[in-house]
Amino acid sequence: MGKIEAMKKTYHVNEKGYYGNFGGAYIPEMLYPNVEELRKHYLQIMYEDSFQKEFKQLLKDYVGRPSPLFHAERLSQKYHTKIYLKREDLNHTGAHKVNNTIGQILMAKRLGKTRIIAETGAGQHGVATATVCALMGMKCIVYMGEIDISRQAPNVARMKMLGAEVRAAKSGSKTLKDATNEAIRDWISNPLDTHYIIGSVVGPHPYPDMVARFQAVISEEIEWQLQEKEGRSYPDHVIACVGGGSNAAGAFYQYLDDERVNLIAVEAAGKGIHSGESAATSVLGEDGIIHGSRTLLMQTKDGQITEPYSISAGLDYPGVGPMHAHLYESKRAEFISITDDEAMTAGLELSQLEGIIPAIETSHALAVFEQRKFKPEEIVVLNLSGRGDKDLDTYIKYFNL
Amino acid sequence: MNRINQKLQEDKKLLSIYFTAGFPKLHDTVSIIENLEKNGVDMIEIGLPFSDPLADGPTIQASSTQALKNGMTSKLLFEQLANIRQSVSIPLIIMGYLNPMMQYGIEAFCAKCKEVGVDGLIIPDMPVDVYHEQYQKTFEKYGLINIFLITPQTSEERIRFIDSISNGFIYMVSSAGTTGAKNSFSDSQATYFERIGAMNLKNPQIVGFGISNKDTFTQATQKAKGAIIGSAFIKHLSEHGATSVKEFVDGILK
Repeated sequence: MGKIEAMKKTYHVNEKGYYGNFGGAYIPEMLYPNVEELRKHYLQIMYEDSFQKEFKQLLKDYVGRPSPLFHAERLSQKYHTKIYLKREDLNHTGAHKVNNTIGQILMAKRLGKTRIIAETGAGQHGVATATVCALMGMKCIVYMGEIDISRQAPNVARMKMLGAEVRAAKSGSKTLKDATNEAIRDWISNPLDTHYIIGSVVGPHPYPDMVARFQAVISEEIEWQLQEKEGRSYPDHVIACVGGGSNAAGAFYQYLDDERVNLIAVEAAGKGIHSGESAATSVLGEDGIIHGSRTLLMQTKDGQITEPYSISAGLDYPGVGPMHAHLYESKRAEFISITDDEAMTAGLELSQLEGIIPAIETSHALAVFEQRKFKPEEIVVLNLSGRGDKDLDTYIKYFNL
Repeated sequence: MNRINQKLQEDKKLLSIYFTAGFPKLHDTVSIIENLEKNGVDMIEIGLPFSDPLADGPTIQASSTQALKNGMTSKLLFEQLANIRQSVSIPLIIMGYLNPMMQYGIEAFCAKCKEVGVDGLIIPDMPVDVYHEQYQKTFEKYGLINIFLITPQTSEERIRFIDSISNGFIYMVSSAGTTGAKNSFSDSQATYFERIGAMNLKNPQIVGFGISNKDTFTQATQKAKGAIIGSAFIKHLSEHGATSVKEFVDGILK
């Protein structure tokens, strides 16, 4: 029995921190004690009764979970299939990001840390981190690329209002990847009192696994919600957009090893996959190392990491989490790339068919319905990862509203 | 015997200098190496620039960005070093991050190092266990010495393991932090230097990070075999250009 169990194919992380060939902890020795401390303790802490009780209570009373699983009838009619939307956009702070920051702030407290650092691109993870730091009374420093600071002023203001210090990353390309570098450098310089709340399923092991486990609440809820609505706990397809990949990791999590469920990961093709302005990491990336993880990443032939592009600030990460790199290489998941234009159109369509303005990240996932046919009897769950308030300016400019 | 091991046997405190290849000008690499040797430096770390150098502070980051803008690549560095052993005999070490080496191909990279006469590698983001399980045999096949880092937070058990799989020296990071010059060391650093000195490791230790001048060099080498200066030298190069090597080295050694 034990042997059969051990041989069973799994898409979860193995005990060394790898998903197939991807993952691991490619970190300088200066980070080793911090990461090792987390690796040794994260599972034990996460599954303590007192932790689970506090985590679930906060998700319920503070975040507003469970998030509804909504049968989108007009969208279903249009695309001749049965579509459910998992409403992560209704969470406090407007996206799935907060599931992870709640989990990690509780983790930081139990590790005795008093100072929190985070990286942010568009500012969504920064806001979610600043929010939980305010809730817990912890000092919060958010690193953000200098260029992002100037183009995401409302989120910078939110973080400041929540009491966080926003520090500009001025190195390299001055965007998300550089903000991540700066956060890592801060952690190197402050190894004892600081916890680094990474915002996605990226970084050295155990981060990808830990963040996936915190986000797994999404698919845990889908299971019982579908059971109630459809009399079965699994859909035929789960669709989610992928930048680093945290909302997809959460939506896929319970179904990773359930081959009845087709997983669809949607990447940003930007202005077209081969336009030179894209963020479709699985197609354009090569095996390499970024931010302490072995994964697929966009880079030059010489191994220099390149700057991706997408109209959505949450999808323009040059790497992808190691779980997703493995899902791509093993063909467990279907990967689809969506251009800026396709995403914007899908975002407008959802707004007018269902009265929900989605984040542009999520609009990429929604655009899949124009790309790919589903059968009328199939059940499709789409993870509606965030709401579009933050993107109104971009929508308005794009459509001349 | 590898040039690094030979050098470590000399009865003196070793001065090692780091610089970023391709900085300040793309083709300064060879003249900087030659001038460092001529002026009495014992060992050189040639920095292979990377777009995302996690362990480096602002000075080396900026020099890497500039070097990449200038057009530096792994291939070009090996071309520049093709005849280096006709003029230089001190140990040469390439210090860089794992990703550019992976893209070149680890075995091809090691073979090229041997061909041009590079003696060792420092790869800050290569995990000890990955080296031990995947790369050690390749490094040894090409006679390359891999140098690991330890920090004030590294446990004694881990230091002993690193010592056991090292065969050159141990790179002792002076304090928690990224690379960058400081003007003096604290008491806790002095205690750390003494603690490591008292462990009687089989590999000598060379201290790096935070060494900038004659004073910090002297302090760092009281217990250790030598010290590495990087950021302070880069700063000097950016202010005075590649022809000013003598002035900098004299300031440390004289």
